[in-house]
Amino acid sequence: MSTHPTRKREPAVTPAPHPGEPPAPVRDTDAPDLTKRPVPAPGRGEPPAHVDFGRTTWAWRRAGTALRVDRRSVLVCAALATAVLVLGVLTLGTGSISLSPGQVVTALLDPDSDRRARLVVVDWRLPRLLFALICGAALAVSGAIFQSLTKNPLGSPDIIGFSSGSYAGASVVMLLLGSANYLAVGAGSLVGGAAAALLVYLLAYRGGLHPFRLIIVGIAVGAGLSSITSMLLLSVDPQAAMLAATWAAGSLSGLGFTELGPAAVGFVVLTLWSVLVVRPLVQLEMGDDAAVALGVRAHRVRLSATLVGVALTALVTAAVGPIAFVALAAPQIAQRLTRSSTTLRIVPAALTGALILVTADYAAQRLELPVGVVTVCVGGLYLAWLLARQYATRR
Amino acid sequence: MTTASPPGGNTIARRAEPGPYSGTGLVPRHRHRFLVLLAALALLLAMSVLSLMVGARAIAPSTVWDALFHFDVSVDEHAMVRELRLPRTVIGLLVGAALGLCGALIQAFTRNPLADPGVLGVNAGAAFAVTFAVAVLGLTDPAAFVWFALAGAFGVTVLVYTLGSLGADRATPVKLTLAGVALTAVFSGLTSALTLKSLATLDIMRFWGVGSIGGRRLDILTVAVPLIGVGILVGLLTARSLNALALGDDSARALGVPIGVTRVAVVLSVTLLAGTAVAVAGPIAFVGLMVPHVVRWFTGPDQRWILPLTLVVAPSFLLAADIVGRIVLPNGELRVGLVTALVGAPVLVALVRRRNVSGL
Repeated sequence: MSTHPTRKREPAVTPAPHPGEPPAPVRDTDAPDLTKRPVPAPGRGEPPAHVDFGRTTWAWRRAGTALRVDRRSVLVCAALATAVLVLGVLTLGTGSISLSPGQVVTALLDPDSDRRARLVVVDWRLPRLLFALICGAALAVSGAIFQSLTKNPLGSPDIIGFSSGSYAGASVVMLLLGSANYLAVGAGSLVGGAAAALLVYLLAYRGGLHPFRLIIVGIAVGAGLSSITSMLLLSVDPQAAMLAATWAAGSLSGLGFTELGPAAVGFVVLTLWSVLVVRPLVQLEMGDDAAVALGVRAHRVRLSATLVGVALTALVTAAVGPIAFVALAAPQIAQRLTRSSTTLRIVPAALTGALILVTADYAAQRLELPVGVVTVCVGGLYLAWLLARQYATRR
Repeated sequence: MTTASPPGGNTIARRAEPGPYSGTGLVPRHRHRFLVLLAALALLLAMSVLSLMVGARAIAPSTVWDALFHFDVSVDEHAMVRELRLPRTVIGLLVGAALGLCGALIQAFTRNPLADPGVLGVNAGAAFAVTFAVAVLGLTDPAAFVWFALAGAFGVTVLVYTLGSLGADRATPVKLTLAGVALTAVFSGLTSALTLKSLATLDIMRFWGVGSIGGRRLDILTVAVPLIGVGILVGLLTARSLNALALGDDSARALGVPIGVTRVAVVLSVTLLAGTAVAVAGPIAFVGLMVPHVVRWFTGPDQRWILPLTLVVAPSFLLAADIVGRIVLPNGELRVGLVTALVGAPVLVALVRRRNVSGL
C-alpha cells in the first residue's frame, strides 16, 4: 500500500480533478519518470501525499526513484543535531567532577585515554545521556503519531489513558506490593499502561474507532485510574508516597548500560515501525474518505499507529517513569521550526524531543530534581514563548 | 425561557441523531427541556436531603427536619446534622454549581468539548499557590489555603489571558487553550518541584490534592458565596453571546455580539467559579468536564439551556458522589474527588457508547 516512489513534481501542484479527461491510472507504481510525459497535467492521477507549497527542496535521484527533502527541514535537523551533540558533551563534562569538552571527547573516542575520565564519562554519565536521547526521541515520535491520529494538537498518549494506567500499575507495585525494584516497577507500569490502553480501545471500539469517542473514553478511564492511584497514595505513609511521587515525576538517575540495552533495541524497532506508518497516517489527516480513496486502509493504519505510539510511550515509561510534555511539545516545536504542514515529521520531531530531554536533564542534574519536573517547565515555557512569538510577529 | 424558539442548528442536530432518541423527538422541544429541568431540580432536592440523612450514622428524615427547624442542642443527632452535614451539603451545592457552570462555560468558550477548568490554568495556579504557602511559608492551616488558592487562580488566569491575547487577533479560543496548557504545565512543574523537595509538603499536598467537601468550616462561605454568586451571574449573562460565538467569530461579530466583552466576562466568571471552588474543596476533577456533556445530550446546543441545567445537575452529581463516598467506607470515607472520577468514568463511557457524542 502506498509505497509508490516519490517523484519530482511541478511546483504548486494541485490534486484537482479534471472533468472531461479520461481517468488517469491512479497509482502507476512502476511507470517511468512522469516528467517525460508530453503534456504534464499538473498532479493528474498522483496521490496527493505531499502538497507542494513551493518551498525549496533538495532531491537525490537514483534509478527511477527520488528522495526529495525540504531544505529547511534538513537545515533545522542539522542544527538540532548539532545542538544535541554540544549539549551532550557539556552534560558529560559537568557534575561533581568537571571535565573540559576536549577531555570529554578524548575520553569518548580514545579507549586508551585517562582511565579516570573514561570511567566518569563513559561508565557513569554516558548511559544517562543516551537514555535522555532515546526517551526524548521516543516520546516525540509517539506524540507526533498521536497528534496526527487524533487531529488534535493536544493529542498525546495520555488521552488513551496510558500514562494514568502506567502510574497506577507502578504505584500498585510500589505501594501495595512494597517493591522498589527497578524491573518490577517497570513491569508494573508496562502492564498497567497496556491494560489501560486495551481497556480504552475495547470500550471505545464500536464498529470502528471514532477519534472523538477514543478521546472521551480515554479521559474517563484515565480519571478513574488516577483516582485509584490517589487512593493508594493517601493510604500509605509519607515516605512511600514520596517514592511514588518521585517515580511519577520521571527520573533518569540511577540508569546504567544494563538498562540501556533493551531500551535501545526497542527504540530502534519501534522507530522503524513508525516510519512505515507515517505516510498513510499523513494521508488520513485529509479525512478517511480521501485517504481510503487513495488506497489507505484506515482502520488497519489507525490500529498500527496507535500500537506503535503506545509502545513508544511504554518504552519510556517503563524505563524512567512518565515524562510529561515532551510528547506534546516536541512535535509542535518541530512543526514550527520546519514550517511543515503536518506534525508527523519523524526526524525533526525526534531530534527536538531529544534536545528537550537532554537540556532538561542537564538542568535537572544541576537542580537535583527529577527530569520530568524540568521537562514540564522547559517545555511549557518554550511552548508559551513560541506561541507569543508566533502571534506577535505574524498576522 | 420556555417561549424561546429553538435555534435552527438544534433542529439539524436532533434530526441527525439516529435511533433511540427519536421517541422523545415527538415532544415539543421546549416542553421536553422544561421537564428535564424540573426533574433535575427534584433530583437536586433529593440529593440534598440524602446528604443530610446518610453518613456514618443514618439519620431519619423527621430528625433532619427537626434539626433544621426545631433545633435542640441536647440531641446529638441535631448537632451532627447542623454542624457536620449541613455545612458539607451547602458547600457541596456551592462547589458543584461552580465547577459545573465553569466547565460548561469553558467548553462553550473554547469550542473544545474536552475543556475543563484545568485548561485555563486555574487549577494549576491554585495548586502552585497552596504548595508555595506550605513549602516556603510553612503554613499548615487549610483555612489559610483559601486565600492562596484564590490568589494563585487569579494570577495564573491573568497570565494565561495576557499570553493568549498577544498578537493582532486578540484572545481567540485556540490561543487561550494553548496558553492555558503551556502555563498549566509550567506551574504544575513548579508545584512538583516544591513538593518533591520536602517530605512535609508532600504529606500535606497529597491530601489537599484530592478534593473533599468534608470538614470545612462554614465561615469559608462568607467569602465563597459572594464570589461564586458573581461568577454565576456573569456566566449566565454570557449565554446568548456564547450561542452566537458558536457560529464563529465573524458571524458573531456580524450579529452584533461584543466579542471582547464576552471573552473577558467568561474568563472573569471562570476564574471566580473555579478559583473559589478549588480554594474551598481542593481540585475536584471531572464534574466540570462531564456534567455539561451529559446536559447537552438532553438540551441540544443552546447555551441558554445548557448553562442553567448544568448549574442544577452538577451539584446533584457532586452530592451523590459525596454520599457514595460516605457509604462505601463506613469508617473513614472516600474523598469526593476520588468518587466523582470513579463513578463518573463508567457513566461517561456508557453515555459515549450509547449515543453519538455531542460536538460543539
